Amino acid sequence: MSPIPPSDRQPDAIPDLSGAIADIDTVTGTAGAGENAIELKASEGLSQGQIVRRRFLRHRGAIAAMVVLGALVILITTSIGWGPIPGWWKHSYSATYPIAIPGGRPTLEISLSEGIHFGEHPFGQDTVGHDMFAMTMRGAQQSLTVMFLIGLLATAIGVLVGATAGFFRGRTDTLLMRFTDMMIAIPVMVIGMVLGHWVNGASAVTLGLALAFVEWMAMSRLVRAEFLSLREREFVDAARVAGASSARIIVKHILPNAVGVIIVNATLLMSAAILLETALSYLGFGIHFPDISLGNLVSEYQSAFTQRPWLFWWPGFFIIVIALSVNFIGDGLRDAFDPRQRRIPSKRKMARAARKAAR
Amino acid sequence: MLSFIARRAAVGLIVLFGATFIVFMMVTLAVDPLAEIKASSAPNKQFLIERTTANLDLDTPPVLRYFKWLGRLAGYLWGNGTFGVSILTNQTVASQLAVAVPTTVKLVFASVIIAILLGVTVGITTALRQYSAFDYLTTFFTFLFYSLPAFWVAVLLKEFGAIRFNNFLAHPKLPVAVVVGVGAAAGVVAAMVAGGRARTRLTVGVIAFAAVTAVMVYVDAANFLLEPGLGVVGVGLTGAGAAVVVTALSSGLGNRRVLYAALSTVGVGVILYYPLQFVFQVASWPVILGLWVVAAAVGVGVGLAWGGPDRRVSARTAALTAVIMSLFVFADRLMKAWPAYLSSPRVRGRPISTLGAVTPELGGTFWFSTTDVLTHLVLPTTALVLITFASYTRYTRSSMLEVMNADYIRTARAKGLNERTVVVRHAFRNALIPLATVIPIDIAMVFGGAIITERIFSWRGMGTMFIEALRGNDIYGVMGYFVVTAALAIAANIVADLIYAGLDPRIRVNE
Repeated sequence: MSPIPPSDRQPDAIPDLSGAIADIDTVTGTAGAGENAIELKASEGLSQGQIVRRRFLRHRGAIAAMVVLGALVILITTSIGWGPIPGWWKHSYSATYPIAIPGGRPTLEISLSEGIHFGEHPFGQDTVGHDMFAMTMRGAQQSLTVMFLIGLLATAIGVLVGATAGFFRGRTDTLLMRFTDMMIAIPVMVIGMVLGHWVNGASAVTLGLALAFVEWMAMSRLVRAEFLSLREREFVDAARVAGASSARIIVKHILPNAVGVIIVNATLLMSAAILLETALSYLGFGIHFPDISLGNLVSEYQSAFTQRPWLFWWPGFFIIVIALSVNFIGDGLRDAFDPRQRRIPSKRKMARAARKAAR
Repeated sequence: MLSFIARRAAVGLIVLFGATFIVFMMVTLAVDPLAEIKASSAPNKQFLIERTTANLDLDTPPVLRYFKWLGRLAGYLWGNGTFGVSILTNQTVASQLAVAVPTTVKLVFASVIIAILLGVTVGITTALRQYSAFDYLTTFFTFLFYSLPAFWVAVLLKEFGAIRFNNFLAHPKLPVAVVVGVGAAAGVVAAMVAGGRARTRLTVGVIAFAAVTAVMVYVDAANFLLEPGLGVVGVGLTGAGAAVVVTALSSGLGNRRVLYAALSTVGVGVILYYPLQFVFQVASWPVILGLWVVAAAVGVGVGLAWGGPDRRVSARTAALTAVIMSLFVFADRLMKAWPAYLSSPRVRGRPISTLGAVTPELGGTFWFSTTDVLTHLVLPTTALVLITFASYTRYTRSSMLEVMNADYIRTARAKGLNERTVVVRHAFRNALIPLATVIPIDIAMVFGGAIITERIFSWRGMGTMFIEALRGNDIYGVMGYFVVTAALAIAANIVADLIYAGLDPRIRVNE
């Protein structure tokens, strides 16, 4: 086990101590046989998946985030439709419409007495008359596409590199890890901007593909560390004795055991990805006008903040809500997969239990 | 040890070599130095293309060009190296770097220090109050800050932190609702942090509410925002407060000798207040830093003079108090320059700046220009702190939680140490070890990654240099930026390893 506590947010901020602390093994706090027994009892007869699922469902923040993200994804994908599939929203993101309220103010009205009125342009309009709701939806579609693409592809690359390096060790490991080090030395924004400049005026898909090559390094390091420890376990020896090939051992035996680390990191990677994409689009190195992303909406309308703040609030709000939900889901997953996690009842709960017992 | 450093440095150089190669190749693919000329309709287009091609050696394959560039750069080893010349400005890249690096250092330095102090404090507090309402609240907010896009925050800060605040300064009158609201919020947070019994929480909350409200009423009544100043009384009071807090953390208030040592240091500071004002007339950064060291030395002296078996604790506490107290004296003197700064023709009553690192052609004394630097630093620093401190909070929290569950903490409690000693002396120090390894790497990352913040606040630092070079298809500018940031990142990694080895005796670097 690494002596460094799991970094909560920045996996790539963990210094590479592989050279310095080759085989140090800190004595972790063994909680004592009694506590262990209680824990074992709590998870008796449950599969690993069931334990993780239970723990995850207990994390209220993560569940709330999951619901919010799910609702957002449904809204974003169905409202203006996607590609050839039509949506239910009446306006298109590229057309201009007559200004409904002078100044293009939002027609969304929420009051206690009259309920919610969406009106013609709930998120308002810009000076030319674009419908802000449709534009935000389009931007969110693009940003979500980039986010998921980066998440999937970067995870795949990271797992591939990390698994190969960790499993085969030796020269392969050194070579791959030096390459990872080189990529880590390049700030994400820099390589993102150079790539963005390269695929100039990219669509969401090309941008997502390009940026996936920026975000895989942290994943590969974590997977490598996980593989290095898992490959020494008995079940790997057993599989090898049974005649399994290296590929089979990696895919069938080790990978399922490393899935916790991978899933948690993939979530965190996605929240970083949406911020990276919007930042690049904001700076003009990502998705360009006339195509829309949340980042270039903010960039386009930031100067209008004093006159038309809604043009600025809505895209920003969507970025934050998406990133925040993904972060919370990641936190819930980390808690769920962390074997050391213990449920410690609060003092109030203990007191309540004591009162109950006394009665 | 030396062999370890040498080995790591050698690996670092190889990594740097590889990384620069990758970036060089990517940039050559991405940029076209001839793009502007090709798009132009100049009559001598063909000539211009040929000239630039010859200038930049574009006929040579990129790989060879990389080694040529590397060779010129390696010339620094024997004193005649060069980063190349920017095709945008015709300046050497080295001279551009000479301007950009100090600007970014200023920005990063301030924000990293504040972010660490804030992050560690909040992280420790949430760890000690795990699963409390305060813990959940801060968790939510750290996630929120972590999800904030830098550019969005920066635009908001410009609007509310600068434009509206400057408008407010024209007629600085705090509404009653704001005074009570902020006071109440402070009270609630303090009550949540205090923990313990309901009665303790209530007392702490009420005290915090009263204190904050009183300060705000005073600020309003004394026209503090336009004519600030602590005066000798204010410096004495805040100093005494610092003395009590520092003592409470370092040795506990029960140790009277330490408390008296800290308080008498504050006394010395108050006595020196008026003489210092004369010294401040010839102030410059070396003088100020020198005074700071002197202050710490005085603190040590006072602490030792109180004697006793634990005079080292007294010395340490008094020195820390003196250092903090000096900050108040310094702030007090800065505040005296504030009215003149506000009314200066270049500022015209709108002090918080949204653009650039300094007001051009401002002139004035040391205090005047320092005030100017600070008003320019406020917004970009706030933006960077908001975004970075969240990760420090989470990191400190998880590290502290891990330590608090360790066996030696149980041992410390079992042998009867009080909670303060356990937390401050046993847990806190060990919790900081992993943090110490994150900080150098983080500094390097912020240094290369403050691109957006620099861009929005128009600081002519490294990030701006990079963006302009990339937009202008200037490969040497991009490479100049990259060599500096990558070298810093690699050095930071080595430093982090060394710090870790130095702080944690379980790790040996010589194997």
